[in-house]
Amino acid sequence: MMGNREVRLMQGNEACVEGALAAGMRFYAGYPITPSTEIAEICAQKLPLVGGKFIQMEDEIAGMAATIGGSLAGLKSMTATSGPGFSLKQENIGYAALTETPCVVVNVQRYGPSTGLPTSPAQGDIMQAKWGTHGDHPVIALSPTSVRETFDLTIKAFNLSEKYRLPVFLMLDEIVGHMREKIEIPNKEDIEIFNRLKPEKDSSEYKAYEIKENEFVPRMAAFGDGFKFHVTGLMHDESGFPTNDSQISDKLLRRIMSKVDDNVDDIVMYEEEFMDDAELVVLAYGGTYRSARSAVKEARRLGYKVGLFKPLTLWPSPDKKIKDLNEKTGKILVAELNLGQYFSEVERIVSDKSSLYKLCKVTGEAITPNEILTKIREVL
Amino acid sequence: MSSELISNNFRMDKLPHIWCPGCGHGIIMRSLAKAIDNLKLDKSKVCVVSGIGCSSRAPGYMDFNTLHTTHGRALAFATGIKLANPDLEVIVITGDGDCSAIGGNHLIHASRRNIGITTILFNNNIYGMTGGQYSPTTPNKSYGTTAPFGNIDKPFDICKLADAAGATYVARGTAYHANQLIKIIEKSIQNNGFSLVDAISVCPTYYGRKNKKGSSVDMLNEIKDMTIDIKTAEKLPLDKYKDKLLIGEFKNTEQPEYTAEYQKIINRFKKER
Amino acid sequence: MELRNKIRLSGSGGQGLILAGIILAEAAILDGKNAVQSQSYGPEARGGASKAEVIISDGDIDYPKVEEAEVLLSLTQVAYSKYVNTLKKGGTLILDSSIELSKNLPFNVIKIPILNTAVEKIKKPMVANIIALGAIQAITEVVSIKSLEKAVLNRVPKGTEELNKQALLEGYNLIKEKNRK
Repeated sequence: MMGNREVRLMQGNEACVEGALAAGMRFYAGYPITPSTEIAEICAQKLPLVGGKFIQMEDEIAGMAATIGGSLAGLKSMTATSGPGFSLKQENIGYAALTETPCVVVNVQRYGPSTGLPTSPAQGDIMQAKWGTHGDHPVIALSPTSVRETFDLTIKAFNLSEKYRLPVFLMLDEIVGHMREKIEIPNKEDIEIFNRLKPEKDSSEYKAYEIKENEFVPRMAAFGDGFKFHVTGLMHDESGFPTNDSQISDKLLRRIMSKVDDNVDDIVMYEEEFMDDAELVVLAYGGTYRSARSAVKEARRLGYKVGLFKPLTLWPSPDKKIKDLNEKTGKILVAELNLGQYFSEVERIVSDKSSLYKLCKVTGEAITPNEILTKIREVL
Repeated sequence: MSSELISNNFRMDKLPHIWCPGCGHGIIMRSLAKAIDNLKLDKSKVCVVSGIGCSSRAPGYMDFNTLHTTHGRALAFATGIKLANPDLEVIVITGDGDCSAIGGNHLIHASRRNIGITTILFNNNIYGMTGGQYSPTTPNKSYGTTAPFGNIDKPFDICKLADAAGATYVARGTAYHANQLIKIIEKSIQNNGFSLVDAISVCPTYYGRKNKKGSSVDMLNEIKDMTIDIKTAEKLPLDKYKDKLLIGEFKNTEQPEYTAEYQKIINRFKKER
Repeated sequence: MELRNKIRLSGSGGQGLILAGIILAEAAILDGKNAVQSQSYGPEARGGASKAEVIISDGDIDYPKVEEAEVLLSLTQVAYSKYVNTLKKGGTLILDSSIELSKNLPFNVIKIPILNTAVEKIKKPMVANIIALGAIQAITEVVSIKSLEKAVLNRVPKGTEELNKQALLEGYNLIKEKNRK
């Protein structure tokens, strides 16, 4: 069973690398930082075995820059970091968003701000994932709750980044990143892979940012493919060259935003459980979801009518679904390892704000099932 | 003849460039194009990467694979490109602020790795794009908008920095000595490793005006007067050239190139498979 | 909340307790069960008291951390003092003989010479973690002997298989002998 590697004990961070490799990652550039370091270490070990490239850069900023460079040269690229490193990467994340360069940025969240508690879990970068870099920009952020989900969502992150041509965040946390658990790795044939669309071969007329009919992202050539195109972080026209034109700038920014805004249903993933007759739904993501599920099961055993909701996609948020939960179920309790970041998003979405409750913890420890159970009893 | 060089290597529809009249950058950009042309490089395999600043607008005009990145980070982006596809001839165009201030760390580490990237540093001793602030190569006592009482910083010798950090080809040319600069750039591209060319430019608009240097022609003449070729200097006693800026080729050595070393690791596993 | 075996392995940094936790979890998976392993990181994990935790269950394991352990192994006095209060009343406390105990503990206490067996019998102090695994198996039967042996052999360095098999056996024997007395 373990011999043929179908079922294994695996760490979350390792599952991230395995998922990335299964998705076709062939380039990794990064800088060591706790608690994401295992991702770099395992990439260093495994990428050359499949002909891929790993490089430890001189700093976090360079790690992000080289990751974008690797993608522009045609390889599926990833970097991983934690809190302070995620802050440092933000400028180049914006560059990837505007230049529509696919890549995956893993943030194994730790307690902050600043150096904080480097080895302690937190979920305090949820809003940073959305607003971290300057200017409006499209954002997709996924948050796995288990080792298997880390594997699956890393693949999904690559697929979404290739499909929509943007940097996709995998928002892990120290709990899921560092825990080891049983995982059944799916067969290769069962894994769906999406590769960026390339321009047609004979394309002397290639415009790097032109949208073909019935398509919604520009086709992407790699440097060296034979198309001599230009990529810039300045506002640009469909040829890829800089412009000061207000109309073209407006059109470009609205177009890159629409890639996510117009495809929310394709992007958003969530799961719900125990929803029949529920009067309260506990909403939790990442490592905290594990505690929530344990608590909700116990609450059900004790006779409380409690449901459980897990947003796997944090950004874009499942607006419609959360509105629906509020209208059908009523009360929503958000449990998270910060002082109410996702709660504020839920608050934005629902109309009946009085039906919202939060359980926030910033001690540097996981929220326990008992803490959630106590809160459930308080609310119901 | 020169028009053919321009039409073969530049995006004619993107010209004229945005640089001020008298700016030295055009000479350096043309020297780079001439070097690429002389070497008969496959244009679709040339990738020119820049950061932010006056110099970094150059790739937009040049008809190759071109990438205009974020401030200071050109070498980090270029490192990703070169490692992902070592067949590309990766050339970085950067300025003194871009390369030695905000991007100084990347210069040190690209040099240390000896990765096969050629860096052409358009060195005009000033932040031109933002209007004349002092840079890490602004001479001591010179003026900038942020050094209104004279610069108290001491300037970097970027050639010595790159040399000490491990670059395998290091040279300095100038916008005045254009023919020599073309030869230097050719050799820097031919070097199988990290090359740094400190290309001395002039900024009459900001550096020149702030420091009462006169016209662009005056500034180019000053380059002629203040520089001496290292080969000439080597034959002279120190006091004859100690106040002059050395130009020419300072270092041309062979060391293992980074992406080739990485390929060896990949090949090791190919054999095992 | 759900039926599961929560095991905390404690001692000092360098005693291989995290590896022991991984092996135990892998043995459980070989038995067809679910297992989660977690550990403390950072300054806490360097020297001083170190710990690794394993949860084994036939069903889903939601909360991955061990709050109240059902089984606590302590190889050092420091680790014992630090973690004894995290053991559930009526839980199983497995201690190295070198540890001095408080009186009237509400636990099932089993004191065995784990460290001494490693040094004296096997002449390799670093196999104490494997001896401890043998003892834990014999006491709790939370994993099968067959799976544990396989899991140990999957994880230990090449060339040390026999040594580790012997260590595992010494661990079982410490309990068998104790039961005979």
